[in-house]
Amino acid sequence: MQNIKYLIVGVVFGTVFVKAEILSWFRIQEMFQMQSFFMYGAMTTAVSVGILSVWLIKRFKLKTINGEPITFENKKFSKGQIYGGLVFGIGWAITGSCPTSLFVQIGSGFLAITLTFLSALAGTWVYGRFKEKLPH
Amino acid sequence: MIEIIKQPWNWAVAGILSGLIVPALLLLGNKKLGVSSTFRDVCAMCVPSDVPFFNYDWKKGIWNMFFAMGLLLGGFLATQFLSYPHNIEVAEDTRTLLSTYGIDDFSQMMPSQLFGFENLFTFKGFIFFILGGFLVGFGTRYAGGCTSGHIIMGLSNLQIPSLIATCFFMIGGVFSANVLLPLIFKFL
Repeated sequence: MQNIKYLIVGVVFGTVFVKAEILSWFRIQEMFQMQSFFMYGAMTTAVSVGILSVWLIKRFKLKTINGEPITFENKKFSKGQIYGGLVFGIGWAITGSCPTSLFVQIGSGFLAITLTFLSALAGTWVYGRFKEKLPH
Repeated sequence: MIEIIKQPWNWAVAGILSGLIVPALLLLGNKKLGVSSTFRDVCAMCVPSDVPFFNYDWKKGIWNMFFAMGLLLGGFLATQFLSYPHNIEVAEDTRTLLSTYGIDDFSQMMPSQLFGFENLFTFKGFIFFILGGFLVGFGTRYAGGCTSGHIIMGLSNLQIPSLIATCFFMIGGVFSANVLLPLIFKFL
């Protein structure tokens, strides 16, 4: 039951994806064709709100609602962010989907997207299987 | 009120609400936004196959599974109860370009001409569902995160690796949309 709160936050995020049409293949094409400001505006605003929130949490040493400390870890640089980044970018423009959109699209009734989802799982598995052989 | 919510939302509203997901998860339980890790958890849960990358305690990611189920449910509820019948808003230039690809049905969020059931097991479907999906899953894991994990969460915490990932997401996307997709549509 502890986890229901995360489900509710997910519902809010999913609703945003539907109402701002971020789950749409068309929005992603507009963005990568640089023909619309919409996605750039949305991402810049989201990141600004996020930066301010994280700063406030650190500045005032805020705790979780259960009184635990909030911790942050630094991400390590790896060449994976370059190679994997390019690979994901290519797939993002083809499918119009990021991992978040995949869940929202299926929920919205685009059931054929389940195949994209399964294929994304396969991609994740293949990465895990061949991780050691890939440049990082 | 409900009538206002039913209208398509503008980017600032979407941005502010998406940004607030970051502190919401942190304050609720010190959780970091990142959806692609659920894919790894599902692999670890279902087909670990003695691959070291999938042999870990996936139960720690259960909260994220609930979050992902929330995304699914949010998609369902918003589409069922907050939808507003209209053609998808697409920039005029994009609309013109897509029509040269034979995509002129803007009545749904996903173009029926690409993502309809009838394309599932065709060459078109192979490119748009299977190859595209594979690149999304493989690429996000290789990059250590996706749009939510790197662009929203990582940049919010001022992480340079996330900035690098974000730049390469965009480079890959621009290349794919401007170079690869025109080629693909030429052969379809």
